[in-house]
Amino acid sequence: METNNNNSFEPKVVAFVCNWCTYAGADLTGTSRIKYAPNVKIIRFPCTGRIDYMLLMKAFANGADGIIVSGCHPNDCHYTSGNFHARRRWMIFRNLCDFIGMDMNRVVFSWVSAAEGAKWAEIVNTTVDTIRQLGPATSFQKLIKNSVFEEVGNE
Amino acid sequence: MNNIQQKTKELLESGACTLIIGYEKGTGGKARPVFVRKAEHAAKLIFDESCDQNIAGYLYRQEIKNESKKAIVANNHTLKSIVELASENQIHEGDFMVLAFTAEGEIIELKSFEEIEKHVATLYHGLNDEDKATMQKIEAMTMEERWGFWENEFSKCIKCYACRASCPMCYCPTCTVEINQPQWIPVPSHTLGNLEWHVMRAMHLAGRCITCGQCAKSCPLDLPIHLLTYKVALDSEQYFDSVAGTSVCANNVLATFKTEDHENFIR
Repeated sequence: METNNNNSFEPKVVAFVCNWCTYAGADLTGTSRIKYAPNVKIIRFPCTGRIDYMLLMKAFANGADGIIVSGCHPNDCHYTSGNFHARRRWMIFRNLCDFIGMDMNRVVFSWVSAAEGAKWAEIVNTTVDTIRQLGPATSFQKLIKNSVFEEVGNE
Repeated sequence: MNNIQQKTKELLESGACTLIIGYEKGTGGKARPVFVRKAEHAAKLIFDESCDQNIAGYLYRQEIKNESKKAIVANNHTLKSIVELASENQIHEGDFMVLAFTAEGEIIELKSFEEIEKHVATLYHGLNDEDKATMQKIEAMTMEERWGFWENEFSKCIKCYACRASCPMCYCPTCTVEINQPQWIPVPSHTLGNLEWHVMRAMHLAGRCITCGQCAKSCPLDLPIHLLTYKVALDSEQYFDSVAGTSVCANNVLATFKTEDHENFIR
Protein backbone atom coordinates (compact mmCIF):
# COMPACT_ATOMS: atom_id res chain seq x y z
CA MET A 1 0.00 0.00 0.00
CA GLU A 2 2.39 2.70 -1.17
CA THR A 3 1.13 6.19 -1.59
CA ASN A 4 2.80 8.65 -3.87
CA ASN A 5 4.03 12.06 -2.83
CA ASN A 6 0.82 13.98 -3.27
CA ASN A 7 -1.14 11.20 -1.51
CA SER A 8 -3.69 10.89 -4.26
CA PHE A 9 -5.33 7.53 -4.65
CA GLU A 10 -4.48 5.57 -7.76
CA PRO A 11 -6.82 2.58 -8.20
CA LYS A 12 -5.21 -0.79 -8.78
CA VAL A 13 -7.36 -2.69 -11.23
CA VAL A 14 -6.69 -6.27 -12.31
CA ALA A 15 -8.18 -7.40 -15.60
CA PHE A 16 -8.72 -11.10 -16.24
CA VAL A 17 -9.20 -11.43 -19.97
CA CYS A 18 -9.45 -14.21 -22.49
CA ASN A 19 -6.73 -14.71 -25.05
CA TRP A 20 -8.92 -14.78 -28.12
CA CYS A 21 -11.19 -11.78 -27.84
CA THR A 22 -10.50 -9.27 -25.13
CA TYR A 23 -6.72 -9.61 -25.15
CA ALA A 24 -6.74 -9.11 -28.88
CA GLY A 25 -9.21 -6.27 -28.38
CA ALA A 26 -6.86 -4.62 -25.91
CA ASP A 27 -4.10 -5.05 -28.48
CA LEU A 28 -6.25 -3.25 -31.00
CA THR A 29 -6.78 -0.42 -28.52
CA GLY A 30 -3.01 0.00 -28.48
CA THR A 31 -2.43 -0.28 -32.20
CA SER A 32 -5.30 2.17 -32.75
CA ARG A 33 -3.41 4.61 -30.50
CA ILE A 34 -6.39 5.00 -28.18
CA LYS A 35 -5.28 6.23 -24.77
CA TYR A 36 -6.75 4.71 -21.64
CA ALA A 37 -6.11 4.66 -17.91
CA PRO A 38 -2.79 2.97 -17.05
CA ASN A 39 -4.15 1.59 -13.76
CA VAL A 40 -5.09 -1.74 -15.21
CA LYS A 41 -2.94 -4.85 -15.07
CA ILE A 42 -4.03 -7.31 -17.72
CA ILE A 43 -3.74 -11.03 -17.07
CA ARG A 44 -4.25 -13.25 -20.08
CA PHE A 45 -6.17 -16.52 -19.85
CA PRO A 46 -6.91 -19.10 -22.50
CA CYS A 47 -10.64 -18.59 -22.02
CA THR A 48 -13.14 -16.95 -19.66
CA GLY A 49 -14.08 -20.49 -18.67
CA ARG A 50 -10.60 -20.76 -17.13
CA ILE A 51 -11.08 -17.73 -14.89
CA ASP A 52 -11.67 -19.31 -11.51
CA TYR A 53 -13.62 -17.26 -8.99
CA MET A 54 -10.80 -17.95 -6.53
CA LEU A 55 -8.54 -15.82 -8.73
CA LEU A 56 -10.90 -12.91 -8.17
CA MET A 57 -10.85 -13.55 -4.43
CA LYS A 58 -7.05 -13.71 -4.56
CA ALA A 59 -6.86 -10.43 -6.45
CA PHE A 60 -8.81 -8.70 -3.69
CA ALA A 61 -6.85 -10.57 -1.03
CA ASN A 62 -3.65 -9.19 -2.56
CA GLY A 63 -4.72 -5.59 -2.61
CA ALA A 64 -6.63 -4.99 -5.83
CA ASP A 65 -9.17 -2.18 -5.67
CA GLY A 66 -11.14 -3.35 -8.65
CA ILE A 67 -11.43 -6.19 -11.12
CA ILE A 68 -12.41 -6.48 -14.76
CA VAL A 69 -13.38 -9.84 -16.19
CA SER A 70 -13.78 -9.90 -19.91
CA GLY A 71 -14.01 -12.38 -22.74
CA CYS A 72 -15.66 -13.25 -26.02
CA HIS A 73 -19.27 -12.39 -26.70
CA PRO A 74 -21.73 -15.29 -26.35
CA ASN A 75 -21.52 -17.62 -29.37
CA ASP A 76 -18.03 -16.30 -30.17
CA CYS A 77 -16.02 -18.46 -27.79
CA HIS A 78 -12.92 -19.99 -29.34
CA TYR A 79 -13.79 -23.16 -27.43
CA THR A 80 -17.51 -22.92 -28.28
CA SER A 81 -18.90 -22.81 -24.76
CA GLY A 82 -16.30 -21.49 -22.28
CA ASN A 83 -17.97 -18.11 -21.95
CA PHE A 84 -21.41 -19.69 -21.45
CA HIS A 85 -20.04 -21.69 -18.54
CA ALA A 86 -18.31 -18.60 -17.20
CA ARG A 87 -21.54 -16.62 -17.43
CA ARG A 88 -23.37 -19.11 -15.20
CA ARG A 89 -20.50 -19.07 -12.74
CA TRP A 90 -20.50 -15.28 -12.52
CA MET A 91 -24.27 -15.16 -12.05
CA ILE A 92 -23.93 -17.34 -8.96
CA PHE A 93 -20.65 -15.86 -7.74
CA ARG A 94 -21.74 -12.25 -8.04
CA ASN A 95 -24.86 -12.81 -5.96
CA LEU A 96 -22.94 -14.76 -3.35
CA CYS A 97 -20.35 -11.98 -3.02
CA ASP A 98 -23.13 -9.43 -2.78
CA PHE A 99 -24.71 -11.55 -0.05
CA ILE A 100 -21.55 -11.43 2.06
CA GLY A 101 -21.33 -7.67 1.56
CA MET A 102 -18.60 -7.33 -1.05
CA ASP A 103 -18.99 -4.24 -3.21
CA MET A 104 -19.91 -5.60 -6.61
CA ASN A 105 -19.40 -2.17 -8.20
CA ARG A 106 -15.72 -3.03 -7.97
CA VAL A 107 -16.06 -6.03 -10.23
CA VAL A 108 -16.90 -5.36 -13.86
CA PHE A 109 -17.87 -8.13 -16.25
CA SER A 110 -17.87 -7.48 -19.96
CA TRP A 111 -17.73 -9.02 -23.41
CA VAL A 112 -15.11 -7.34 -25.56
CA SER A 113 -14.40 -8.79 -28.97
CA ALA A 114 -11.11 -8.54 -30.88
CA ALA A 115 -12.66 -5.75 -32.97
CA GLU A 116 -13.78 -3.65 -30.01
CA GLY A 117 -10.62 -1.73 -29.13
CA ALA A 118 -12.62 1.38 -28.35
CA LYS A 119 -14.99 -0.55 -26.08
CA TRP A 120 -12.02 -1.89 -24.10
CA ALA A 121 -10.69 1.63 -23.54
CA GLU A 122 -14.16 2.71 -22.44
CA ILE A 123 -14.53 -0.24 -20.05
CA VAL A 124 -11.16 0.41 -18.44
CA ASN A 125 -11.72 4.15 -18.16
CA THR A 126 -15.18 3.87 -16.63
CA THR A 127 -14.02 1.16 -14.22
CA VAL A 128 -11.03 3.21 -13.07
CA ASP A 129 -13.31 6.23 -12.65
CA THR A 130 -15.78 4.21 -10.58
CA ILE A 131 -13.02 2.83 -8.37
CA ARG A 132 -11.54 6.29 -7.99
CA GLN A 133 -14.88 7.48 -6.64
CA LEU A 134 -15.32 4.42 -4.41
CA GLY A 135 -11.79 4.77 -3.00
CA PRO A 136 -9.45 1.98 -1.94
CA ALA A 137 -10.97 -1.43 -1.12
CA THR A 138 -10.68 -0.74 2.60
CA SER A 139 -12.88 -3.62 3.68
CA PHE A 140 -10.39 -6.09 2.22
CA GLN A 141 -7.32 -4.07 3.18
CA LYS A 142 -8.33 -4.25 6.82
CA LEU A 143 -8.53 -8.04 6.55
CA ILE A 144 -5.19 -8.23 4.72
CA LYS A 145 -3.52 -6.22 7.49
CA ASN A 146 -4.97 -8.50 10.18
CA SER A 147 -4.07 -11.66 8.27
CA VAL A 148 -0.42 -10.61 7.89
CA PHE A 149 -0.27 -9.92 11.61
CA GLU A 150 -1.80 -13.30 12.35
CA GLU A 151 0.45 -15.25 10.00
CA VAL A 152 3.63 -13.58 11.20
CA GLY A 153 2.49 -13.74 14.82
CA ASN A 154 1.96 -17.48 14.63
CA GLU A 155 5.40 -18.26 13.27
CA MET B 1 -40.35 -46.49 17.37
CA ASN B 2 -40.71 -50.24 17.42
CA ASN B 3 -41.70 -50.11 13.81
CA ILE B 4 -38.14 -49.59 12.60
CA GLN B 5 -36.69 -52.07 15.07
CA GLN B 6 -39.07 -54.78 13.95
CA LYS B 7 -38.41 -54.10 10.30
CA THR B 8 -34.61 -54.08 10.54
CA LYS B 9 -34.67 -57.18 12.74
CA GLU B 10 -36.53 -59.02 10.01
CA LEU B 11 -34.13 -57.80 7.35
CA LEU B 12 -31.07 -58.89 9.30
CA GLU B 13 -32.55 -62.23 10.35
CA SER B 14 -33.64 -63.15 6.84
CA GLY B 15 -30.24 -62.21 5.50
CA ALA B 16 -31.73 -59.64 3.14
CA CYS B 17 -29.35 -57.15 4.74
CA THR B 18 -26.06 -57.49 6.55
CA LEU B 19 -25.69 -53.87 7.55
CA ILE B 20 -28.21 -51.24 8.59
CA ILE B 21 -27.10 -47.62 8.78
CA GLY B 22 -29.47 -45.76 11.05
CA TYR B 23 -29.83 -43.67 14.16
CA GLU B 24 -29.54 -44.49 17.84
CA LYS B 25 -30.16 -42.43 20.93
CA GLY B 26 -27.23 -40.12 21.61
CA THR B 27 -26.45 -37.74 24.42
CA GLY B 28 -28.10 -34.40 25.04
CA GLY B 29 -31.37 -35.38 23.40
CA LYS B 30 -29.64 -35.89 20.08
CA ALA B 31 -29.56 -38.94 17.85
CA ARG B 32 -26.34 -40.27 16.39
CA PRO B 33 -25.60 -42.59 13.49
CA VAL B 34 -25.26 -46.28 14.25
CA PHE B 35 -24.21 -49.30 12.22
CA VAL B 36 -26.18 -52.42 13.04
CA ARG B 37 -24.95 -55.81 11.83
CA LYS B 38 -26.72 -58.22 14.19
CA ALA B 39 -30.45 -58.79 14.57
CA GLU B 40 -30.22 -58.58 18.36
CA HIS B 41 -28.80 -55.06 18.07
CA ALA B 42 -31.76 -53.83 16.03
CA ALA B 43 -33.33 -52.65 19.30
CA LYS B 44 -30.80 -49.80 19.30
CA LEU B 45 -32.40 -48.18 16.29
CA ILE B 46 -34.72 -45.24 16.66
CA PHE B 47 -36.42 -42.85 14.30
CA ASP B 48 -38.00 -39.65 15.56
CA GLU B 49 -37.65 -35.86 15.25
CA SER B 50 -34.19 -35.97 16.84
CA CYS B 51 -32.88 -37.96 13.85
CA ASP B 52 -32.22 -34.90 11.72
CA GLN B 53 -28.65 -35.66 10.76
CA ASN B 54 -27.93 -36.19 7.09
CA ILE B 55 -26.20 -39.58 6.88
CA ALA B 56 -26.17 -40.06 3.11
CA GLY B 57 -22.42 -39.44 3.16
CA TYR B 58 -21.77 -42.90 4.55
CA LEU B 59 -23.00 -44.54 1.37
CA TYR B 60 -19.97 -43.63 -0.73
CA ARG B 61 -17.33 -44.41 1.90
CA GLN B 62 -15.15 -47.18 0.51
CA GLU B 63 -15.46 -49.41 3.58
CA ILE B 64 -19.25 -49.24 3.32
CA LYS B 65 -19.39 -49.49 -0.46
CA ASN B 66 -17.76 -52.89 -0.10
CA GLU B 67 -20.71 -54.21 1.93
CA SER B 68 -23.00 -55.93 -0.50
CA LYS B 69 -26.34 -55.94 1.32
CA LYS B 70 -26.98 -52.74 3.17
CA ALA B 71 -29.90 -50.56 4.05
CA ILE B 72 -29.99 -46.95 5.20
CA VAL B 73 -32.63 -45.42 7.41
CA ALA B 74 -33.24 -42.15 5.66
CA ASN B 75 -34.80 -38.92 6.81
CA ASN B 76 -35.90 -36.38 4.22
CA HIS B 77 -32.50 -34.68 4.00
CA THR B 78 -30.75 -38.00 3.52
CA LEU B 79 -33.20 -38.96 0.78
CA LYS B 80 -32.56 -35.76 -1.16
CA SER B 81 -28.82 -36.22 -0.77
CA ILE B 82 -29.10 -39.77 -2.06
CA VAL B 83 -30.81 -38.46 -5.20
CA GLU B 84 -28.17 -35.78 -5.67
CA LEU B 85 -25.32 -38.25 -5.11
CA ALA B 86 -26.94 -40.60 -7.61
CA SER B 87 -27.07 -37.81 -10.19
CA GLU B 88 -23.33 -37.32 -9.65
CA ASN B 89 -22.63 -41.05 -10.02
CA GLN B 90 -21.26 -41.39 -6.51
CA ILE B 91 -23.66 -44.16 -5.51
CA HIS B 92 -25.16 -46.84 -7.66
CA GLU B 93 -28.56 -48.36 -8.06
CA GLY B 94 -28.97 -51.74 -6.37
CA ASP B 95 -26.01 -51.20 -4.02
CA PHE B 96 -28.28 -50.36 -1.10
CA MET B 97 -31.84 -50.25 0.08
CA VAL B 98 -33.52 -47.22 1.60
CA LEU B 99 -35.88 -47.39 4.55
CA ALA B 100 -37.92 -44.23 4.41
CA PHE B 101 -41.07 -43.06 6.12
CA THR B 102 -44.36 -41.81 4.79
CA ALA B 103 -45.95 -38.72 6.27
CA GLU B 104 -48.03 -41.06 8.47
CA GLY B 105 -44.88 -42.64 9.88
CA GLU B 106 -45.21 -45.89 8.01
CA ILE B 107 -41.99 -47.58 6.83
CA ILE B 108 -41.47 -47.99 3.12
CA GLU B 109 -38.71 -49.87 1.34
CA LEU B 110 -37.22 -48.05 -1.62
CA LYS B 111 -34.92 -50.09 -3.82
CA SER B 112 -34.63 -48.39 -7.19
CA PHE B 113 -33.65 -44.80 -7.84
CA GLU B 114 -36.98 -44.33 -9.56
CA GLU B 115 -38.82 -45.19 -6.34
CA ILE B 116 -36.58 -42.87 -4.32
CA GLU B 117 -37.09 -40.08 -6.81
CA LYS B 118 -40.86 -40.53 -6.66
CA HIS B 119 -40.86 -40.44 -2.88
CA VAL B 120 -38.61 -37.37 -2.82
CA ALA B 121 -41.04 -35.59 -5.14
CA THR B 122 -43.65 -35.76 -2.38
CA LEU B 123 -41.36 -33.99 0.12
CA TYR B 124 -41.06 -30.31 0.85
CA HIS B 125 -38.15 -28.64 -0.93
CA GLY B 126 -37.10 -25.32 0.43
CA LEU B 127 -35.95 -23.52 3.53
CA ASN B 128 -37.62 -23.69 6.90
CA ASP B 129 -39.29 -20.54 8.23
CA GLU B 130 -36.44 -19.67 10.57
CA ASP B 131 -33.80 -19.77 7.81
CA LYS B 132 -36.08 -17.89 5.44
CA ALA B 133 -36.44 -15.12 8.01
CA THR B 134 -32.67 -14.95 8.60
CA MET B 135 -31.99 -14.82 4.86
CA GLN B 136 -34.47 -11.98 4.47
CA LYS B 137 -32.95 -10.16 7.42
CA ILE B 138 -29.46 -10.35 5.91
CA GLU B 139 -30.64 -9.39 2.44
CA ALA B 140 -32.43 -6.36 3.86
CA MET B 141 -29.19 -5.09 5.41
CA THR B 142 -27.00 -2.51 3.70
CA MET B 143 -23.82 -3.70 2.03
CA GLU B 144 -21.67 -2.46 4.93
CA GLU B 145 -23.90 -4.18 7.47
CA ARG B 146 -23.74 -7.44 5.57
CA TRP B 147 -19.95 -7.22 5.37
CA GLY B 148 -19.81 -6.46 9.09
CA PHE B 149 -22.09 -9.39 9.87
CA TRP B 150 -20.05 -11.89 7.86
CA GLU B 151 -16.70 -10.42 8.93
CA ASN B 152 -17.73 -11.03 12.51
CA GLU B 153 -18.90 -14.57 11.76
CA PHE B 154 -15.84 -15.49 9.68
CA SER B 155 -13.48 -14.09 12.31
CA LYS B 156 -14.74 -16.78 14.71
CA CYS B 157 -14.15 -19.68 12.31
CA ILE B 158 -11.36 -21.99 13.46
CA LYS B 159 -11.13 -23.86 10.14
CA CYS B 160 -11.86 -27.24 11.67
CA TYR B 161 -13.58 -28.17 8.39
CA ALA B 162 -16.44 -29.87 10.24
CA CYS B 163 -18.72 -28.25 7.64
CA ARG B 164 -16.83 -30.06 4.92
CA ALA B 165 -16.69 -33.35 6.79
CA SER B 166 -20.41 -33.34 7.55
CA CYS B 167 -21.58 -32.38 4.07
CA PRO B 168 -22.61 -35.43 2.00
CA MET B 169 -21.78 -33.50 -1.16
CA CYS B 170 -18.16 -32.81 -0.12
CA TYR B 171 -16.61 -36.05 -1.32
CA CYS B 172 -13.52 -34.96 -3.29
CA PRO B 173 -10.56 -37.17 -2.30
CA THR B 174 -8.33 -34.09 -2.40
CA CYS B 175 -10.03 -30.88 -1.37
CA THR B 176 -8.82 -27.51 -2.67
CA VAL B 177 -7.79 -26.55 0.87
CA GLU B 178 -5.28 -29.40 0.87
CA ILE B 179 -3.63 -28.10 -2.28
CA ASN B 180 -0.62 -25.94 -1.51
CA GLN B 181 0.72 -25.24 -4.97
CA PRO B 182 -0.87 -22.78 -5.30
CA GLN B 183 -2.05 -22.26 -1.74
CA TRP B 184 -5.62 -21.27 -2.48
CA ILE B 185 -6.74 -21.17 1.12
CA PRO B 186 -4.25 -19.90 3.74
CA VAL B 187 -3.51 -22.45 6.44
CA PRO B 188 -3.83 -20.22 9.53
CA SER B 189 -7.36 -19.21 10.37
CA HIS B 190 -7.72 -15.49 9.95
CA THR B 191 -10.78 -13.64 8.74
CA LEU B 192 -9.52 -13.17 5.19
CA GLY B 193 -8.62 -16.83 4.69
CA ASN B 194 -11.81 -17.95 6.38
CA LEU B 195 -13.81 -15.76 4.02
CA GLU B 196 -12.05 -17.29 1.04
CA TRP B 197 -12.71 -20.77 2.38
CA HIS B 198 -16.40 -20.20 2.93
CA VAL B 199 -16.89 -18.53 -0.45
CA MET B 200 -15.11 -21.44 -2.10
CA ARG B 201 -17.14 -24.01 -0.20
CA ALA B 202 -20.39 -22.33 -1.16
CA MET B 203 -19.36 -22.03 -4.80
CA HIS B 204 -18.43 -25.70 -4.96
CA LEU B 205 -21.92 -26.51 -3.68
CA ALA B 206 -23.68 -24.36 -6.25
CA GLY B 207 -26.68 -26.28 -7.55
CA ARG B 208 -25.71 -29.26 -5.38
CA CYS B 209 -26.70 -28.12 -1.90
CA ILE B 210 -29.96 -29.76 -0.88
CA THR B 211 -30.37 -27.23 1.99
CA CYS B 212 -30.20 -29.69 4.87
CA GLY B 213 -28.12 -27.30 6.96
CA GLN B 214 -25.86 -30.07 8.20
CA CYS B 215 -22.81 -27.78 7.86
CA ALA B 216 -24.21 -25.28 10.35
CA LYS B 217 -25.48 -28.03 12.66
CA SER B 218 -22.00 -29.51 12.89
CA CYS B 219 -20.21 -26.17 13.26
CA PRO B 220 -18.70 -26.07 16.76
CA LEU B 221 -19.00 -22.28 16.75
CA ASP B 222 -22.59 -22.20 15.48
CA LEU B 223 -21.74 -20.00 12.53
CA PRO B 224 -24.66 -19.59 10.11
CA ILE B 225 -22.55 -20.85 7.20
CA HIS B 226 -25.48 -22.83 5.81
CA LEU B 227 -26.92 -19.52 4.63
CA LEU B 228 -24.10 -19.21 2.10
CA THR B 229 -24.89 -22.52 0.46
CA TYR B 230 -28.61 -21.76 0.74
CA LYS B 231 -27.97 -18.55 -1.16
CA VAL B 232 -26.33 -20.40 -4.06
CA ALA B 233 -29.07 -23.03 -3.94
CA LEU B 234 -31.80 -20.39 -4.16
CA ASP B 235 -29.99 -18.62 -6.99
CA SER B 236 -29.58 -21.87 -8.89
CA GLU B 237 -33.31 -22.38 -8.62
CA GLN B 238 -34.17 -18.82 -9.55
CA TYR B 239 -31.84 -18.49 -12.53
CA PHE B 240 -31.45 -22.01 -13.79
CA ASP B 241 -34.59 -23.69 -12.49
CA SER B 242 -32.45 -26.33 -10.83
CA VAL B 243 -33.33 -27.76 -7.44
CA ALA B 244 -30.71 -30.14 -6.11
CA GLY B 245 -31.85 -33.56 -4.95
CA THR B 246 -34.94 -33.83 -7.12
CA SER B 247 -33.73 -35.81 -10.11
CA VAL B 248 -31.19 -38.61 -10.50
CA CYS B 249 -30.46 -37.58 -14.08
CA ALA B 250 -30.02 -33.87 -13.40
CA ASN B 251 -26.97 -32.11 -14.78
CA ASN B 252 -24.78 -29.96 -12.59
CA VAL B 253 -25.70 -26.29 -12.76
CA LEU B 254 -22.18 -24.96 -13.26
CA ALA B 255 -21.13 -27.73 -15.62
CA THR B 256 -23.94 -27.02 -18.06
CA PHE B 257 -25.33 -23.90 -19.69
CA LYS B 258 -28.09 -22.58 -21.85
CA THR B 259 -27.44 -20.02 -24.55
CA GLU B 260 -30.47 -18.12 -23.28
CA ASP B 261 -29.21 -17.80 -19.67
CA HIS B 262 -30.15 -14.28 -18.73
CA GLU B 263 -28.09 -11.83 -16.71
CA ASN B 264 -28.11 -8.05 -16.55
CA PHE B 265 -24.62 -7.16 -15.36
CA ILE B 266 -22.24 -8.11 -18.18
CA ARG B 267 -21.39 -5.03 -20.22
